[in-house]
Order: sequence, then structure tokens, then C-alpha cells
Amino acid sequence: MRKTLAAVVAAAIAASAAPAMAELMVPSLSYRTGPYAPGGIPYADGFADYFTLLNERDGGIGGERVNVVECETAYNTEKGVECYEATKGQGALVYNPLSTGITYQLIPKVTADGIPLYTPGYGRTSAANGKVFEWVFNYPANYWDAASVAVKYLLDQNGGSLEGKKIALVYHNSAYGKEPIRTLTELSKKHGFTLVEVPVDHPGQEQKSQWLQIRRDKPDYVVMYGWGVMNAVAIQEAVNINYPMDQFIGIWWSGSENDVLPAGDGANGYKSLAMHGTGSDYPVYADLKQYVQDAGKAAGAGDQVGSVLYSRGMYAAMVIAEAIRKAQEIHGTAAITAAQLRDGFEQLEITEARMAELGLPDFGQPFKASCEDHGGPGAALIQQWDATAKKWSLVTDFIAPDDEVLEPLVQEDSAAFAAENNIAERCN
Amino acid sequence: MLYREAGDFKTSYAADGQTFPIRFDRLRYWAVLAVAFGVVPFLINDYWANAVMVPFLIYAIAAIGLNILTGYCGQVSLGTGGFMAVGAYACYKLMTAFPDVSIFLHVLLAGGVTALVGVLFGLPSLRIKGFYLAVATLAAQFFLVWLFNKVPWFYNYSASGQITAPERTILGIAVTGANTPAWAKYLFCLVVLTLLAWVARNLTRGAVGRRWMAIRDMDIAAEIIGVNPLTAKLSAFAVSSFFIGVAGALFFSVYLGAVEVGEAFGIQKSFLVLFMIIIGGLGSIFGSFAGAAFLVLLPVLLKNILVGQLGWPTDLAAHIELMIVGGLIIVFLIAEPHGLNQLWRVAKEKLRLWPFPH
Repeated sequence: MRKTLAAVVAAAIAASAAPAMAELMVPSLSYRTGPYAPGGIPYADGFADYFTLLNERDGGIGGERVNVVECETAYNTEKGVECYEATKGQGALVYNPLSTGITYQLIPKVTADGIPLYTPGYGRTSAANGKVFEWVFNYPANYWDAASVAVKYLLDQNGGSLEGKKIALVYHNSAYGKEPIRTLTELSKKHGFTLVEVPVDHPGQEQKSQWLQIRRDKPDYVVMYGWGVMNAVAIQEAVNINYPMDQFIGIWWSGSENDVLPAGDGANGYKSLAMHGTGSDYPVYADLKQYVQDAGKAAGAGDQVGSVLYSRGMYAAMVIAEAIRKAQEIHGTAAITAAQLRDGFEQLEITEARMAELGLPDFGQPFKASCEDHGGPGAALIQQWDATAKKWSLVTDFIAPDDEVLEPLVQEDSAAFAAENNIAERCN
Repeated sequence: MLYREAGDFKTSYAADGQTFPIRFDRLRYWAVLAVAFGVVPFLINDYWANAVMVPFLIYAIAAIGLNILTGYCGQVSLGTGGFMAVGAYACYKLMTAFPDVSIFLHVLLAGGVTALVGVLFGLPSLRIKGFYLAVATLAAQFFLVWLFNKVPWFYNYSASGQITAPERTILGIAVTGANTPAWAKYLFCLVVLTLLAWVARNLTRGAVGRRWMAIRDMDIAAEIIGVNPLTAKLSAFAVSSFFIGVAGALFFSVYLGAVEVGEAFGIQKSFLVLFMIIIGGLGSIFGSFAGAAFLVLLPVLLKNILVGQLGWPTDLAAHIELMIVGGLIIVFLIAEPHGLNQLWRVAKEKLRLWPFPH
């Protein structure tokens, strides 16, 4: 017991000495270690670099500097809770954990503590219903949108009919990977295709049996909901069984350079969804280079600039920065609180003109949030990997999801959450 | 001088057989309880409860449970994560099916369900031993995780396969759900731990515990002197699984609030609890506490020092933290193969002789 006490006392000293923050504090629950680091590192770098850019170029947002506090979660929910509690006390404004598991954990907590949770493209899909999820925002797109967009694209490829086709869903066997199953089941009924579910257990380094099954079943298309090291392994296995790459579509979390590069030339033609444009041809990168990278202030090793997930981290930071600006405008104060930021998120409108002003023309879709709508339009692009040029190229324009199928599912799932937690609908 | 038997006279058999025969030990025990119940709840905040104390208390319960099976009865188990999952899912099903029944009962019932499952998976222990049994329990680990992933009934058909603890109260105060005050979480876990640790300590001191230890030390000899291996081994599996099930139920309902079986109760959890009892000391209740403290508190402490104090990058700190914890495990096991409990025991022996060591 004595040893325990000594450790407790020492930890107390360490924890209580955390510095107090007076600026806009944005925690970054990142993961730069573990099997999900291939996705976590570029995202965290992009997220931090964008706020560094705002601080260096504009002196922060509305005159207040932004302080990004990183906390390593290793994609682990227990560490996520520790990070949440550690940063909450320092005045955190918004959480963006980049993990569906941690998001599920945080939804009740942020609701109780009154801190917004922003989960672009991941998290709990039904949080798009702002009537139930007051503190959670997941625009511009979510998992179910992705499933629907993928099916719509395939419909388009097949002249409008998927009758009799077989689609395999290779998914991370977790909350994240299971999310689209319900949507795809509904869509398979509507369009008459067969859905084959192929789960891959955490962390996904071993997928021989799954791909053997795919080789045997010969599905017409494979849709993948993977993350971290699982993506690269799946693409390599697909190459090994000679699965046609252009019939293999990953969600936007399975479409970064780190996923396709290990498979070399074999990955040529692999497709994935995208929430936003790719490449570093946007004007904002010139500023990033001038104020962040060349000034030696880049986060991490600085080698991820311009990659897909770097852009996504930057995009998330950009939306958060815009929400902060909106909140400052609504409440007439630069030093906003978490509750004021929620209003900013809810009344946020990102127009094409505003995106161009920010140096990201034609990057993402414009959207407008409201009290009811926390989910955005949900459209996505399809990008394809070119292994010789080593870059992604967009092959379609934005494809809108099938809201006729998605809307009832969102209503049903959010109603279940509201019933479980005795939440009265807002916005009425 | 303080820690000695001399002058501490016992006048009854009950006094002679008590858990802490030395007065200083007894006082220390009461002092720890007084601080834990009387002081900490008033000082604790969300960070301390959620990041430090509650996981420590819960892992201590799990470690005591595994120690009963592995440390006292000698049956190696790698199924801890799976049994914790049984406790968590049993608790979830009970909480949602009978919302009006007290959560305290649900947690104990979840332990009961796990005890039944544990006995089932303990049956092979009657035929196989050692490493082979470890592999059989490993099968339990993978089977249970697969089961909770596969059968939607266990997670009430939710879209994501996550289970989320609804709010439940004791005497009008929330102990599960997001609105739980830090002290209520802490106190609830502390009450359960104190109760179970007391039971475990007394079980292992009594006839049941002696039977377990006889089986552990040499099962043929134990059988010859009249210990029934069937009841001894299965009772160890039952009691151990009960503890682990309670730990799993608390882990899900009080600590995390939402879990996903593969991530929260995977094989790494089995190893973590096994490491706790190996580092803490096999066959000791104190060792379970020490091991849980070592593996729960040390990483948090290191992280606070490296990132919070020294300002290192988070990835570097996370890697160094793994290396330091790993290094310390090796150092401890080389210096004292019997774990932290043995260090404590040696310290006590020395204290008895102090200041006149021979």
C-alpha cells in the first residue's frame, strides 16, 4: 500500500502542475503510436499546422491565439477518457478525437459537460440529427452517406442497376466498421444486390482468411471500411489474389497515400471516396509553407504535407476555426467559451466564396448547419490511385447520397438514443 | 520499533487468528480505509476519478480475481478479458431489461453470470494442466469476444455493436452515465472493492483457500489427503470469475460508459491483468493491489511527467513510456522474482528486527 500511496502522491504533483491556459484551447486527441498511427500522424499534423498558420499569419482568430494541446490516445478508449479528463479542466473548447470508439464514449460526457464534439466524416452517424444531439456535429458527411455514395457510384457504373450483383463489405470489426451495415442492407434491398459481410478484427494485420473468402466468393465489388494498418494489408492482399483494383472502393478513411504505397504498382487503379479535394495545389499551401514549414514550426516530422489525411486534418481545423469565428461574431467577444462555440457550430455556413478566401477553392462542398441539421449535405467524390505518378486523381464530381434511405435510418437511431437517455427533442 | 509482535498479547483464539496480527499493521489498515473513505471522496475531481482512481480500483478487483485462480489455485488463465466481457454484457442486459432494480444488484448478478460461464470454461482444468490449460482459456477469450460481436441480442441490436450504459442511481445519486459525480463513481467502486477484497482475504485464509493452495502445490498429494480436485478447481474458477465479472461490469458501466468488445476486452486485457498479478506477486491480495497500481498509475504518471512537465512530443513520450514500464517490469522481476508483494514482505521482516538486525 505504501508504494501505491507514493505513486499517487507523485502523480498528484504532476497533474496539478499542468499550466493554466488563457487562450482559445483546442485539444487534439491524436494518435502517433500504435497500429492506427499511419492515419493518425498526418491528420494530427494537418490539424496542428493549420492553427499554427492562423497564429503566425493572423495572430490567431479574432485576435485570440489558438493553443493546440496534443494528447496521445493510441486509438484506445481508456487513454481517450484520460485525455478528455485531462484537457477538459484546462478549458477545452471542442473535441475531435478521430476515433469512433472514443466518440461514442464522449457523446454522453460532452453532453453533460457542455463541450461541442466535432466528428467530420466519422463518429456516430445519427448525430446528424441536431434535434437529439445538441452538442455533436458531424458535417460535411458521415459513414452512411459514404455507403450510399459508393452504391450510387456503382449504380452509375452499371447503367443504373445492381440487380444480381454481389458486393462484399470488408470492415474493421468495431463500431466504425459496423456502422454502414444497416445502410448497405437497406440499399441491397432497394437495388437488389447481395451483400457479403467480411469482418476484420483489430488491428487487421492478418487478413489471409478474409481474402481467401473473397477469392472464393468472387464478389463483383469490394467496399472497404478500414483504418490504420488494416488498409495497407487489405490492399496488399487484394493485389495478391489479383482482385481487380478498379472494383475495390475504400471509404475516405481507406484512401490515403500511406495505404496504397506499400502495395507498389499493384495498387494502381484502387479507388476510394473523398470528402475533399486532394493534392497540394491549393493557395493555402503556399501560406503553410511560408509561415509554418519554412519557419520550422511544423508539427511532427513535417513529411506529411499535402497528403490526403493531412488535408483532412487541416479541413477539420479550418471548420473549427470558422466556427470559432462565427461564435465570436454572434457573442461579440473574442475569448469565447465552449457553450458559445456550440452556437457557432450550429449557425456555421461555409460557402464556396469563403473557401476560396481561405485558400481552398473547390476543395470541399459548401454546407450550412442549422438547429436540426448537424450532418451537412453528405456528398463525396471518388478518387483513384495512380501508382506511377504516385498521386490520387478525382474521377467524379460530388455525388449526393440517397437521403430517401438514410433519413429514416438517422431518425430511427437517434430516436433510440433519445429514448435511452431521456432526451427531449429540441428545435420545435 | 513500531512494527513488532513483542508486547502485543492475544488472549483469545479469535484475536490470535485475525488477519493483521501485528498492531501497527492493523492501524495502518484502518488508516488506509479511513483515508480512502473519509478523505479522498472530498478531494477527488473528474480527472482523478476517471483517469486514476476508478481504473485502479477496478483493475484491483480483476487482479484479485485472477490471483485467486492463478496465484492461489495454480490454474493459469488467459481468459480474463473474455470473462470481463461476460460481466460487462451481463450487466448491460440486466440494466436494460430491469431498469428498476438497483445497479448494485446488477453488478453482483453480472458477477454471478460470469461465475457460471467461468465454471463452464473451467471444466477442462480437470483434465489438462499448465500451458495446455492456458491455451484452453485462451480459446474462451477468443470465443467470448467473437460471440459478443456476432450475436446482436447481446448489444440490443444497436447499429454499431457498442453497448452504452444508461443512467442508474443509488439513493438518488447517479453512479453510471455521464452525469455521475466523480466521488460517486469512486465510492461505488471502492465499496465493491472493499467488500470483495475482504471476502477474498478471508476465503484464502480459510479451508477453501487451503484446498486451493494444496491443489496448486501438488494436486496428487492434495487428492491423497482428501481434497476433491473437482470442487476445489471449479470453486476457484467460480470465485475468480465472479470477481472478474464484477470488474468487467464496473469497467463498462461506471468507468467507460460505452464499450466495444474487441477493443475493450481483447487479449491485451487478459495479458494486462496477468502481468499485474505476476508483478504484484502470485498468491497475495496485497500483490494484486500493488500490481494494479503499478500498471495503471505508472503510465499515467510517466505521461504527466514527460508531456505535462518536460513538454516532450506526445509520440516520443508514449514510446519512452512503454520502454520505461517494460524496463521496470524486467528490473523488478530480476530483483525480486516473487513480485512487489515479496519486497513488501521482506521489508516487514526487516522492520520486525529493526533497529537490531542480525
